[in-house]
Amino acid sequence: MPNTFFTASPHWRWLIVAYFFLGGLAGGSYFLATLMDLFGKSRDRRLVGLGYLSAFPLVCLCGLVLTVDLGRPERFWHMLVQSETFRPMIKMYSPMSVGAWALLLFGGCAFLSFVAVLAERGWLAWPLLRQLGPPAFVGRLVTVIGALLGFYVAGYTGVLLAVTNRPIWADTTLLGLSFLISAASTSAALLILLGSWGGVSSDGIQALERFDGSVLVLEALAIAALVASLGRIAMVWLNGWGLLLAVMVLGGIALPLYLRRLPDRASRWTIGPLLVLLGGLILRAVIIFSSDRL
Amino acid sequence: MPEPMGFFTDTTVCIGCKACEVACKEWNQLPAANGGVRTLSGNSYDNTRHLDGIHWRHVKFIEQFSEDRRQGRWLMMSDVCKHCVRAGCLEVCPTGAIIRTEFDTVVIQSDACNGCRDCIGACPFGVIDINPVSGTAQKCTLCYDRMKGGLEPACAKACPTESINFGTIVDLKKMAQARLGRLQHAGERGAYLYGADDTMLGGLNSFYLLVDKPEVYGLPPDPRIPSRNLKPSALWSVLGAVAITLTSIVSFRKRGGGDA
Repeated sequence: MPNTFFTASPHWRWLIVAYFFLGGLAGGSYFLATLMDLFGKSRDRRLVGLGYLSAFPLVCLCGLVLTVDLGRPERFWHMLVQSETFRPMIKMYSPMSVGAWALLLFGGCAFLSFVAVLAERGWLAWPLLRQLGPPAFVGRLVTVIGALLGFYVAGYTGVLLAVTNRPIWADTTLLGLSFLISAASTSAALLILLGSWGGVSSDGIQALERFDGSVLVLEALAIAALVASLGRIAMVWLNGWGLLLAVMVLGGIALPLYLRRLPDRASRWTIGPLLVLLGGLILRAVIIFSSDRL
Repeated sequence: MPEPMGFFTDTTVCIGCKACEVACKEWNQLPAANGGVRTLSGNSYDNTRHLDGIHWRHVKFIEQFSEDRRQGRWLMMSDVCKHCVRAGCLEVCPTGAIIRTEFDTVVIQSDACNGCRDCIGACPFGVIDINPVSGTAQKCTLCYDRMKGGLEPACAKACPTESINFGTIVDLKKMAQARLGRLQHAGERGAYLYGADDTMLGGLNSFYLLVDKPEVYGLPPDPRIPSRNLKPSALWSVLGAVAITLTSIVSFRKRGGGDA
């Protein structure tokens, strides 16, 4: 029997599944907005703004969910500050420790960019706040740093699972990659949904669609590699969880890719993205719960 | 500076009396399970079942019988935290609640732990769990408070057959080697020491004399440190980030209509 099967479950359940999903969306929306700002067209400004507007509320939700999940929620700050000495608490080799700091710093960047978009759209009457967003130098610096942190927040959750001794999680090194790519696909889906509802130019949404199409193919490859990397241990998925994973691949990846080819916008810009979002949630639920039961 | 201290558990003389479990519960004031309502495992005379946040000692009953039940033997093993020299729980703990003491033991400071539960999944032996009363992760402290007072841990004190031996690691290793030699001389060829040398997680400060494969006792044959996956996982993720960035450049740039 593999070594990982002698360990105990940390009882990470729906709140952690929700955090992994929301964290992927928060980090992904932010880095996608920044990539679109850097490599897209100036007419993508509204979509870029939507990315920044989404990231901040999502990261706030992440913090809330993580705190509620603790055995002692009132001690959430122990992740960042040593409770005895009040010195900073960080362990570079503990993904959860670095993740807590990344989430805090990412939250700061997300807040600044959120405020900058509000100012840009005239919803905050302090023009100076526009400097916090691109194309101003300070704003660009904030978004680039925030995007790097966003990549970290979106992917470290998979690395955190690998740095345990639990079945499935510690039996592969591809969870971080899979979660990161899934974060990109779900975030693109979220922005397509929001963009289509918010009347954003179809040109920008089509660019996001192209991106999502390519990333969904990458996601399918990453999941296939993940299953292959588990080797004999993948046999534990010969049950309902494996079936759910197969449903996720078919309904959350293959079907949205097919819907992209249809002419009607409802399928492409509403049903497809909703399926991608649901698929991202199912992927995380399968990974968390299938190990919990072993 | 005190010497590294630990346990040597000789499973061949354990009689399964569970006095160690009781002594541990009593000294550490651990609550009863399930509010004191008796629940039976239903498949063994062992009703403790596993180590967790309120069971820091657990005497395992391994019941080995042939199909016709004419032949059989009972293996007893008092299980506990291994106080690994390279401890996975200590490595991942994000709050610094898990520390290495001056006795080279691993202790969770309950007042610093916030119940994130990362250590539970990181432990290669499934030793740690949440204590529902404190809401924090807990496990054997090797009776740190008693050791500070010059006393031996409660479980070792209570053990009537000297299956649980407490002392300096150096002395315990000598004792274990001598006992192993005597057993092998007497014909017990299957006897061996589990975790006594530094090849297993740098050495276990609570190590065992066993007479069957580790898996039979519910122990991993080759326990490993969780950080073994850190670098490869991080590298794959970086590769993913690069792939996403390149995909975005291709997708967002490949458009007509100029920059407007």
